[in-house]
Amino acid sequence: MYAYDEFDRAFLAERVAEFRDQVGRRLSGALSEDEFKPLRLMNGVYLQLHAYMLRIAIPYGTLNAAQLRRMAHVARVYDRGYGHFTTRQNIQFNWIKLEELPEAMAALAEVGVHGIQTSGNCIRNVTTDQWAAATPEECDDPRIWAEILRQYSTLHPEFTYLPRKFKIAVTAAGHDRAAIKVHDVGLRLHRNAAGELGFEVLVGGGLGRTPFVGKSIRDFLPARELLSYIEAIMRVYNQYGRRDNIYKARIKILVHEIGAEEFSKAVEAEWAAIRDGALHLTDEAIAEIRDRFIYPAFETRTDQPAELVDALADPRFATWHRNSVHTHKVPGYSIVTISLKPVGAPPGDATADQMDIIADLAERYGSSEIRVGHEQNLCLPHVAQKDLPALWAALDAAGLATPNVNLVNDIIACPGLDYCALANARAIPVAQEIAKRFADLDRARGVGRLHINISGCINACGHHHVGHIGILGVEKNGQEFYQITLGGRADEHAQLGTLLGPAVSYEQVPGLVEDVVDTYMELRAGPHELFIDTVARLGVEPFKERVYAAH
Amino acid sequence: MAAPQQQKLKVNGPVAVTANRLTDGAVVWRTKAGGWSVELADAAVVTTADDALALLAEAGQRDLDAVGPYVAPVIVDADGALAPGNLRERIRVAGPTFELPH
Ligand code: HEM
Ligand code: SF4
Repeated sequence: MYAYDEFDRAFLAERVAEFRDQVGRRLSGALSEDEFKPLRLMNGVYLQLHAYMLRIAIPYGTLNAAQLRRMAHVARVYDRGYGHFTTRQNIQFNWIKLEELPEAMAALAEVGVHGIQTSGNCIRNVTTDQWAAATPEECDDPRIWAEILRQYSTLHPEFTYLPRKFKIAVTAAGHDRAAIKVHDVGLRLHRNAAGELGFEVLVGGGLGRTPFVGKSIRDFLPARELLSYIEAIMRVYNQYGRRDNIYKARIKILVHEIGAEEFSKAVEAEWAAIRDGALHLTDEAIAEIRDRFIYPAFETRTDQPAELVDALADPRFATWHRNSVHTHKVPGYSIVTISLKPVGAPPGDATADQMDIIADLAERYGSSEIRVGHEQNLCLPHVAQKDLPALWAALDAAGLATPNVNLVNDIIACPGLDYCALANARAIPVAQEIAKRFADLDRARGVGRLHINISGCINACGHHHVGHIGILGVEKNGQEFYQITLGGRADEHAQLGTLLGPAVSYEQVPGLVEDVVDTYMELRAGPHELFIDTVARLGVEPFKERVYAAH
Repeated sequence: MAAPQQQKLKVNGPVAVTANRLTDGAVVWRTKAGGWSVELADAAVVTTADDALALLAEAGQRDLDAVGPYVAPVIVDADGALAPGNLRERIRVAGPTFELPH
């Protein structure tokens, strides 16, 4: 956990007071909607189809039990009893009243959470690996660097009005769980031959209307140079980025137009001028931030304690354990993923009661820490293995132990036309219907790892381009249609999916997905060839032939 | 996808003007009396682009009750009862198409 200081608290209280005043002036008519809209957006308040929505940042996906409980409180008192965890390590409340927003925000600010930088053309919530500081794969805690970036970018005057929004993601593990290649800037922390920490820097990734995989512009940036280098990138972007056309304003367009090499040269030139200036990170500054992260006092334990071994005799527990429990860097501990994808439920939603239960369980078994991942699931990063059986029993009783993590019904879906004012088509009910087709989890397990991503429009909030199966809602003559892509992936081998064929209707989607999966089951080289690898080996053609012949 | 407010106006059938209530975002419909109602049944219905634009202009004069007004299709059945004219408007009126978590 990160301990916020007094400055952060005072600042948040001030921001809430300011917003309360703005809402008051809006309601009295002193502010027009045109004047008020940018102000509410700066605080994470959107207007959706049938209500206001409040988006709350969860910096680098880390929450403590008190914060999650407060979110449950907000869901219960100011919303309809649930919240929606998103692909950007945010939570959204879908039914908040403008009149009550200042109260809700004040309640959240008391525990240090807010909606600042969740909207607008600023540097957004920096995202990272939800297994940070728990996975044995990483070379450092990536949140240290995300926090350094957060402090630098929060209200940086020059960066509040960028040409467009700007998203940064950091990973410190070999396996990328933060999708860094589809962010404006992706940072991969690693060690060089001399053992020094540094970043590989990628720029120009992103989804939306014009998707790109980020390009590497530097293999190794010494970690202490992070801020001056990011500043150089921002300056080049601010200087050359297009403000004339909203669809061309993202850094990915600039990088694409001038090429990664030219872009890199411009950044290096800019950087040479500022690298030894005020942004150079001293050891003391880094240590100070490092010290503010509080880690659990891990006890000396061994893997596979008797409590766990005994419980594994129960097939239901064993199935969950195989699916949702992952290796921790400390012997005797595990990382636990909590699926927010019970079959047939809206992906990523959690009720207030479930949030309270998870907060209690985190306190009891998980050092009071909860993480949010971009797959719209939650995670308890530090659980003693001896506690796994009791944790499972409690999760199971609350409907939070569906053993489908990374399976075909662990679907990522945006709110789509059921909530979003920009949507062409629904996404959530499509996800629900597909999930139900694979309700037999033995079948889903037989299929193995398969990521389905659904977006209700080209903005790609559901990351459809990088789904193993990607589903994009489009509109044709006032009807919902869906384009299907295969072979996308968001990890260290990120690539965009390939279009399977003509768009199909709402009713056809679940059957088509089933046909794609059945085709894979027939064509795969064996149970160990994942869906994504079969598509890579054979291309989309064999799928296309089979699927469209059937429809 | 652009929201209807950003799209070119096409009128080929009955339409009404709709918006979100300022205080809570609830869906409201412009009434004949020049106010707003949460009931679609109270909506003023017009059938030409000129009338729709006039209704919209009038609705936009004051932004204190409702925000983001735009022209939306409606269906008028044989008895004159009103229904939303497309899926988007059906969802605005009836809420999400699946059971909300509870
Ligand atoms: C009503 C709610 C929402 C609105 C109005 C909205 C709006 C947008 C818009 C306009 C973009 C495109 C910006 C661009 O390409 O420059 C976008 C991108 C994005 N949104 Fe949303 N969004 C909403 C909800 C969500 C939710 C619930 C999620 C997560 C589940 C999400 C995740 C994202 C992501 C990840 C992108 C980035 C695509 C990229 O930049 O590469 N959004 N959103
Ligand atoms: S992808 Fe489109 S429909 Fe889905 S949340 Fe984003 S803007 Fe809305």
